[in-house]
Amino acid sequence: MQQSPPLEQPGSPRWRISFGWLNQIGPVLGLLAIFALFAFLRPKTFLRVDNLQIMLLQTTVYATAALGATVIIISGGIDLSVGSNIAMCTVVIAKLLLMNVSPAMSALVGIGASMACGLAIGLLVTLLDLSPFIVTLGMWGAIRGAAKWIADETDVDAPRTWINSLMHQLRPDQQWMIFPVGVWLMFVLTLLVSAILHYTRFGRHVFAIGSNEQTARLCGVRVKPTKLGIYLFAGFFAGVAGVLHFSRLTIGDATSANGYELNIIAAVVIGGTSLIGGQGGVFGTLVGALIMTVVANGCTKVGLSNSLQEIVTGGIIILAVALDRFRHWRRA
Amino acid sequence: MTSQIPRLRMTGVKKRFGATVALAGVDLTVAPGEVLALVGENGAGKSTLMKVLSGAHKPDEGQMWLDGEPYAPAHPLEARRRGVAMIYQELALAPHLSVTENILLGLEPTFGPILRKSEMRRRAADALAQLGRPDISPDAIVSDLSIARRQLVEIARAVAVGCRVLVLDEPTSSLAQSDIVHLFNLVRRLKSGGLATIYISHFLDEVKEISDRFTVLRDGRSVGEGESATAPVKKIIALMVGRDVEDLYPRGERKAGEAVLDISHLAGQSKPSDASLTLHRGEVLGIAGLVGAGRTELLRCIFGLDPVRRGKIRVELFEGPATPAARWRQGAGMISEDRKTEGLALGLSIADNLTMTKMRRLVNPRRQRAESRRWISRLGIRCRNPGQPVGDLSGGNQQKVAIARLLHHDVDVLLLDEPTRGIDVGSKAQIYQVIDELAQSGKAVLMVSSYLPELLGVCDRIAVMYKGVLGSAAAVADTNEHQIMFQATGATETV
Repeated sequence: MQQSPPLEQPGSPRWRISFGWLNQIGPVLGLLAIFALFAFLRPKTFLRVDNLQIMLLQTTVYATAALGATVIIISGGIDLSVGSNIAMCTVVIAKLLLMNVSPAMSALVGIGASMACGLAIGLLVTLLDLSPFIVTLGMWGAIRGAAKWIADETDVDAPRTWINSLMHQLRPDQQWMIFPVGVWLMFVLTLLVSAILHYTRFGRHVFAIGSNEQTARLCGVRVKPTKLGIYLFAGFFAGVAGVLHFSRLTIGDATSANGYELNIIAAVVIGGTSLIGGQGGVFGTLVGALIMTVVANGCTKVGLSNSLQEIVTGGIIILAVALDRFRHWRRA
Repeated sequence: MTSQIPRLRMTGVKKRFGATVALAGVDLTVAPGEVLALVGENGAGKSTLMKVLSGAHKPDEGQMWLDGEPYAPAHPLEARRRGVAMIYQELALAPHLSVTENILLGLEPTFGPILRKSEMRRRAADALAQLGRPDISPDAIVSDLSIARRQLVEIARAVAVGCRVLVLDEPTSSLAQSDIVHLFNLVRRLKSGGLATIYISHFLDEVKEISDRFTVLRDGRSVGEGESATAPVKKIIALMVGRDVEDLYPRGERKAGEAVLDISHLAGQSKPSDASLTLHRGEVLGIAGLVGAGRTELLRCIFGLDPVRRGKIRVELFEGPATPAARWRQGAGMISEDRKTEGLALGLSIADNLTMTKMRRLVNPRRQRAESRRWISRLGIRCRNPGQPVGDLSGGNQQKVAIARLLHHDVDVLLLDEPTRGIDVGSKAQIYQVIDELAQSGKAVLMVSSYLPELLGVCDRIAVMYKGVLGSAAAVADTNEHQIMFQATGATETV
């Protein structure tokens, strides 16, 4: 029956430190490794400047919407309706352009419509105390339906405007810009959101709510208004992503951006933001979105079939979530 | 009865968790057909002892025998197989399943892979009949039953596996008076059938009514036993509380000033049902009472975490209920009794936890860290840096972060719910020191604690809560542990 007292676990602090460091740098290392792999396998095609630009352009729509999704996920929520929201935004913009509204106004109204969707989600989550998963699952269908209704169930052809140049590959005389305007916009917004998360009360409250909502309430955080703000905020980024998506599509397409919500959540999670909430950041999300694009692009260049690509992408998502679980399991 | 082999015997059972000694040597015997009451203050080690008995924890030292055979369950299932059944306060039933399915859960009779439904129903009905309650239908869905009936289903489950020792943990805490009478009749009925029962309760009147003998647990040790019917309540209480008051409690010059918190006839959703008190500057007012008396709910109502049903609250100049956000602005702060699920965001940094109540629109992390460092050194919080997650710290250091939050906000009214629960003595002493300094500087402290020596050492006045009703506050000099325990247990005998 006699038992000796439990022994000290040797070496545990060292583990902790090395892993904490890996958490931060892990996604970047992953991106570099994947990038190096494809660069090695297909140096001629994968590394071409125009291919790199295409990859950045492909990342931009996801990454921009994922900025908002990151904030939602840090707060412990989720948004499954963001793909529908992006599609609806393209339809609104195209319709307005057809009505001879100025491009700037059309884009702003499009973003406003997306923010209205975010507001609706926020109101449902806070006033009715529903789980964001259920609310946004419903909105996933409802917004898509609204988009189709606005578009009269067809593609909306819009006149070409400067909006379309946001996301088009640079002409030779524009090479001084290095990236198209949309890509720059994504970088600037990433910096902005990171600053908001770390240097504003709103941002710190987002972390507090995600880490422990009860504590936030005890500490006088106005949880419901803050949540409302979070979904409104994410709606803005869905709207900007919608503008950028429209720029690439050149039409309003209510059936586009299908399944984007899952790629966006995957980018957030691969980037190290915890699905449980309370920790994460947008630089990781940007890296996560790049990983998704590089894998897809690289697989094509290597000549993997579409079906195989999807399997690889799925595997990477599961791997990332498993790593997330592993991190939390160690914490507990 | 003495010549018989005891049904259950425990000798010298010890259990330690890290540096905390939960059980320091427990001896206990129950004979077949006997009801033994296990009494002790909150934190005396009752629940740890039950976990040892049920196989959830392995004792570090000591021995147990069941009907004369060595008993050392490796896990709860083995304890159940050997016939030791626990009925916890929180009932463990599957609410969507029927009474039959619950009673035979895990023991379903089968024919190959197929359930023998009629046999199941028969066995369940048998068990219920044994309890003298054939009126409960074996086909009823558990969630449709009242709490009292659910408890019966759980006892029937114990009977169905042929249990030899039945442990009831605070079984009356959520029952109405009439249900308590039924439960007692049932316990007597099972007792006449030769079952040994361990009955855990705070309520000494119940203990005297239902049990044959009692064993008192204090600081993880069995400190006395006796015949329930003949032992005076006074003696039982003396055994429960009799410990040295350590010289932990500094008491400087305190001057009571104006009233900053005033509540009258406050009632919450279910508890408290009637609470009135006045708290002055420069004063520490303690609230004593048993777990479940409604002390925590009282603080939560005041702070706006729980809804207020009726009654008046005034905090400083502000009348009426308010949200926690408003309370902080009004100069009141609260420490939650539950550090892990409410008090602190364990995944966030010390700096974020400490400054969360008082953030400007734009946060300057450098300043946030500098402010945190000040409190870290002032309270001696042991950590690597202010950016470290609070969850990495020890319990005592975590609690110091929770207190530092109130100090940093510079609140005038402090609501402290079990501020020293589960922390080491060194941190406790430091927290008492802080509380005394706060009172000396004219702050007002309202403190809930289940540890009486602490209340008597720290507070100026103490009020006792019993079943949702707050008694009037008495000056510490005019009261003592015995008197408080009398009020807290609702004992009718006078001192």
